[in-house]
Amino acid sequence: MSELLSPDILMSILIAAMGVATVILLAALGELVTERAGIWNMGVEGTMLTGCLIAYFTMVATGSPVIAALAAMAAGLAAGLLIGFMTVALRVDHFVTGLGFNLLASGLTLFWFRSYVGGSKPPSYSTIGKTPIPVLSDIPVIGPILFDQHLLTYAAILSVPFIGYFLRRTTLGLETRAAGENPQFLEAKGLSVSTRQYGALLFGSALTALGGAFLMLAFADQFRPDISGGRGWLAIVAVIAGNWRPVRTMIAVMVFAVLDSVAVHAQGLGVDIPYQFFLMLPYAASILLLVMIGSRSGQPAKLGVPFLKH
Amino acid sequence: MRLPTIEARSLCKSFGPVRANHNISFSVNAGELLCLFGENGAGKSTLSACLTGLFPPDAGEILFKGEPLRMASAADAIRKGIGLVHQHFVLVPDFTVLENIVIGSEKGFNVQYVEAEKKLRRICDNYGIGIDPNAWVRDLSVGERQWAELLKALYFDADVLILDEPTATLDVENSKKLFRIIDKLKSDGVALILITHFLDEVMQSDRVAVLRQGELVGIRKTAETTPEELTRMMVGRDLEPIIRERTPVGPDRLVLENVTVIGVGQVPDLDNVSLTVRQGEIFGIAGVAGNGQNPLMEVIAGVRTLAKGRISLDGKDIGGLNARVIKDIGLGHIPDDRFVEGLVSEMSIEENLILGDQRGQFASKLFLDFPKMQRNAVQMIREFQISAPSGETKAGDLSGGNAQRVILAREMRLASKVLLANQPTRGLDVGVIEYIHSRLLEKRADGVAVLIASSELEDLLNLCDRIGVLFQGRLMGIVETEKTNLEEIGLLMAGKVKEDAA
Repeated sequence: MSELLSPDILMSILIAAMGVATVILLAALGELVTERAGIWNMGVEGTMLTGCLIAYFTMVATGSPVIAALAAMAAGLAAGLLIGFMTVALRVDHFVTGLGFNLLASGLTLFWFRSYVGGSKPPSYSTIGKTPIPVLSDIPVIGPILFDQHLLTYAAILSVPFIGYFLRRTTLGLETRAAGENPQFLEAKGLSVSTRQYGALLFGSALTALGGAFLMLAFADQFRPDISGGRGWLAIVAVIAGNWRPVRTMIAVMVFAVLDSVAVHAQGLGVDIPYQFFLMLPYAASILLLVMIGSRSGQPAKLGVPFLKH
Repeated sequence: MRLPTIEARSLCKSFGPVRANHNISFSVNAGELLCLFGENGAGKSTLSACLTGLFPPDAGEILFKGEPLRMASAADAIRKGIGLVHQHFVLVPDFTVLENIVIGSEKGFNVQYVEAEKKLRRICDNYGIGIDPNAWVRDLSVGERQWAELLKALYFDADVLILDEPTATLDVENSKKLFRIIDKLKSDGVALILITHFLDEVMQSDRVAVLRQGELVGIRKTAETTPEELTRMMVGRDLEPIIRERTPVGPDRLVLENVTVIGVGQVPDLDNVSLTVRQGEIFGIAGVAGNGQNPLMEVIAGVRTLAKGRISLDGKDIGGLNARVIKDIGLGHIPDDRFVEGLVSEMSIEENLILGDQRGQFASKLFLDFPKMQRNAVQMIREFQISAPSGETKAGDLSGGNAQRVILAREMRLASKVLLANQPTRGLDVGVIEYIHSRLLEKRADGVAVLIASSELEDLLNLCDRIGVLFQGRLMGIVETEKTNLEEIGLLMAGKVKEDAA
């Protein structure tokens, strides 16, 4: 146990946590925007998994992480479109839609992956490298944690204030929030609720799939079934624990990411506590967070309520 | 000749088999206030929705300053300068006043909050509306929300402003203020349409268009008509004054002795209430809403728990009995909130009419007796003049008045001994109110003990034999209707104890 507390290991845990956080944060920010538009997208896990698989295929085929990420985002858009068609157009219960989509994605990715490898060893590639920021990355302690990371990690953190600004200060952001708070109001102004909900879902799903692509390209050299491993669910929990606010959501994401990173290190170090205990930590923390944070004041009033225009 | 600002020509709009608007033509000039007057469900709101692009009309046309107007959405109407002040607030509580107002007006990427706030403050000053643009709507009082709703329309420099029952939530002082703003708008050349069913507001307009069952009955210059004529036009007949004959009062039927119901906090919901309703008597409960009316009705019906005291019906103790057992003895209960406790909105009229009796006369063994339910619905729809396409219509699709008729039809059948009616006429039109009152009087004539709670004092005075006044769960006094007046009851309602309380 004490090995985990040595300075080197602690640094390593925090550095790795930033990577894990990137995956969850991208998905959480996407889900945050989607939920602010009134859609409880429960299909985050499935969308992330789809992003992983498509990124894997594209990476193997092209060798380009950029193309792989773009392909994953395109797959995310397709997932968002399907979920949008179910929830916005057909007004199916949001939870049922999301759960169904996750089952679909879980089965379909496995099937596709199996038929792709066809019994032989799955092809692999080398994971993408980090991009240290000159000067800043030399700062002791903070440097390696914050400024020696992947490009997408910087992008994910920078998008936190950007999304806050988007929701608060821009025309489209205001309209998106109105769709989640009082869609009737938007419709009375002659503005389409469904357009904004579709838009939010497409944006959110693309971001989630990008998170999946990052998980794939930065942490694994080949796909394996259910590789997303519940991180999509953590993203949903982070949005709730963050009371639907970008910065607070990021804090919740960091808690999960650090615990996830602890679990990985505990496994590697072979501490005397069964490693399954550490694997459980992020999920136990998610339940604890939800119990402790009683306030859901930021929850959009019409979140998850299918809107019927009349 | 000056063209009217807005003109409707032979407008028609149907929803399925329901004709909401049929062949309606009228016009409003700049600087004129036209009143749309009619009962609930007469088609006023549909008409305003057609004029503001929310629904496309089925037939007919709308002319705006002489030009035919084709509107695909509400955005088109707003752009043209036709504003609507909604009856039910269409505001986002978690937005500021300013955020609520600028939505739909901003074209760029960023919202120009600074300019928007300046413009809004200018409008507020101009019309004397004191409201902080940066206040959260959730923190505003109901009255202030009405101003926010009005500002939403004013912000767009409307040429036509439609006000849908704007005073329903305003007190007298604020209603006066609203009419001062209307006068200012008139002098600014705005064409105004006011939808209302309050006669004293109607009389402040320039012209009145009366609607009944989707059709335009007629248009009158306000100066040349009388409230009596307008009411007659609205209802379609003369209102008959209720004749309250004294019927012989029988023995005690429903007796409450020292009834107490525990509340959520320290104060009991009902505190030591004693009253007696005799056979063939209507007993009224006056009081400001929320002073114990609901607990009183519910404890008698067996819905709430009796903490202390005794309730008896024809000498038999019914306190603490299960609600279903009490109902079977012969008690009907018209609850306070018709769509929450009175009806299942998702069920049909047929089904709602037999709720509570689904194991009784409408069941054969395990199954419901559908033919009997249908016959019952047809009969009730005729007898209670429920206006609905068929017995299969969902209760949730009915107007308030028709929904109340369904509840009345069901509970009147059950009420062979006692009828509890909690705010039975709230929010309804004079025509329906008159009808409900006549049915309650029928029940009295049958020897039923009727207990009615209402916040309409005039109605209670017309209808009841005796009136008890509730204040904070306590019965402040019981008065004989013939020996009392509004002032005495008003004092009791405000918590002043009656000296010679019975």
